[in-house]
Amino acid sequence: MDFATFLIQCLNAMQYGLLLFLVASGLTLIFGIMGVINLAHGSFYMIGAYMAYALAPVVGAAFGGEFFSTMVAGLVLSVILGYVLEWAFFSYLYEREHLQQVLMTYGLILVFEELRSLMVGDDVHGVTVPPFLNGTLQLNELMTYPVYRLFISGVCLLLAVAMWFVFTRTRLGMMIRAGTANREMVQSLGIDITLLYRIVFAIGVALAVFAGMIAAPVSSVYPNMGNAVLIICFVVVVIGGIGSIKGALVAALLIGIVDTFGKVLVPQAAGVLVYVLMALILLWRPNGLFKD
Amino acid sequence: MRHPSSFVVAVFGLLALWPAIASAYGVDLVAKIMIYALLALSLELLVGSTGLVCFGQAAFFGIGAYAALLLAPADGSAPSLLWSLASAVVLAGAYALAVGALSLRTQGVYFIMVTLAFSQMAYYVVHDTPLGGGTDGIYMYVKPALGWIDLDQPMHLYGFIWFSLLAGYVFLTQLLRSPFGRALAGIRVNEQRMKATGFSTYPYKLAAFTLSGAIAGWSGYLFAIKDGFVNPELLSWHLSGAVLVMIILGGLGHMRGALIGAFAFALLQELFQSEAVFGSYAKHWHLGLGLAIMACVAFMPHGLVALPQQFRERLSGRAPSKHTEEDAA
Repeated sequence: MDFATFLIQCLNAMQYGLLLFLVASGLTLIFGIMGVINLAHGSFYMIGAYMAYALAPVVGAAFGGEFFSTMVAGLVLSVILGYVLEWAFFSYLYEREHLQQVLMTYGLILVFEELRSLMVGDDVHGVTVPPFLNGTLQLNELMTYPVYRLFISGVCLLLAVAMWFVFTRTRLGMMIRAGTANREMVQSLGIDITLLYRIVFAIGVALAVFAGMIAAPVSSVYPNMGNAVLIICFVVVVIGGIGSIKGALVAALLIGIVDTFGKVLVPQAAGVLVYVLMALILLWRPNGLFKD
Repeated sequence: MRHPSSFVVAVFGLLALWPAIASAYGVDLVAKIMIYALLALSLELLVGSTGLVCFGQAAFFGIGAYAALLLAPADGSAPSLLWSLASAVVLAGAYALAVGALSLRTQGVYFIMVTLAFSQMAYYVVHDTPLGGGTDGIYMYVKPALGWIDLDQPMHLYGFIWFSLLAGYVFLTQLLRSPFGRALAGIRVNEQRMKATGFSTYPYKLAAFTLSGAIAGWSGYLFAIKDGFVNPELLSWHLSGAVLVMIILGGLGHMRGALIGAFAFALLQELFQSEAVFGSYAKHWHLGLGLAIMACVAFMPHGLVALPQQFRERLSGRAPSKHTEEDAA
């Protein structure tokens, strides 16, 4: 492996890891704060990818400037979707036992997949990379790297920094952190926990939808794409420690590296490496890396 | 249910008479459901009776299934039912022992994910290596036999599956009444207190995990023989998830809940897949199944098994009570 190949794999690992982080951070927030095991979180990623495919022509015709207006429209729709879903459905799950939540959200996956099939069909679709990001970067005489993948990494990093800022430097972040630690206490201090939950849920959904939208040109759009992401995201959440954003970031990058380099170095065992990693980490630290 | 045991006797009686009244398709369907019911029973021992949520039951099922084919004699003669079944059960149990020994160090959601991890490892071993035919799977040409029992004949096979389910049910219900079973119930209700009373809980949990894996291996063995075909999907997490759904749907904490759940899940699936009822929407059967599952959880928080009691309480106007912990069988 020469240096250019190594660099390309590093960039791929970072891009995959950061994308996983976007989906997993929502999952870990919802899990950590509301105590809901949301199996339908992968479906939000799927919905995002299909939005990138289906919304682009509609939004482009109405507002022009396809790529960014599609992103904005998708984000607005996803926040609304998350807000409404929390109000209509998830708010009834908080009182239930974990296993009932599992069953409910499992039912929700089936419903989302079939609604998608009824609305958009079961075909695999490609999504075009926007023209201004369509270039490649020359690494040496032979190797190039697509600019769009760098763009994905950049946007994800930006969002990670934004999340860090919101979490540690704002009043909302303080309330969210307090909610993770002790929800009754937060409530008794006069914070509207219902509204807080709704906002956190909407943010989580928006992050997953955004990850799906931004990943669509790279991964293409296909049925059941949410399920594969869901399991890997649970792996990320558990390795990082439930409820820990920092843990999710470290775990997602770790998995990005192990998975990407595994596919290059030991292709016959690539699928299993991630799970070996998780088992080893949990046997070493039974509550994940960053759970105190 | 006022007389659970008479209900179970009636169910097994009906299942025994089923081939006399049903079509070949109906017999095949019920045979398949009974295999899933045995798998659901094995998981119920962990989730409902011990409080350990295992998300990797498909691995043990798949190992039992692959063992049925891989350990068949190379010369193409019929394997002995006794030996091939025993080796499938022992192999699945051995993997469960290894997985349990490691994953029982963790708890709660972490335990769920570690069991998933180990089942995914088994999945990728059969999926990515030539050991079990890779993604194509392998076919079984000669089915096992023992004396006059020839599993190539559909009625013998149906009878053997029926017997296996009955044996599994009777064994597990009796096991839960034994001191070992009471210890498991104690671990489910309050593990700290069990430890404080002087029980070393780890060996109990490990024994339950191993036993559960062995029974799951038995059901996988039956599945391989019924279909004469195995592929890696038998070990996929989709199956682990589906079995978990079955037992929650049926009602946790009751062995008969696993039976009811397996039948309810499979029959709901058949119903929504039926073109006679839903016409062209039958192809979107997941939608109906998903909504039905959600409705079941919303309106029957204690599962289908508690439905009669819920109904009686509604009639007598009493406030709904929590289901009793003691009603374990």
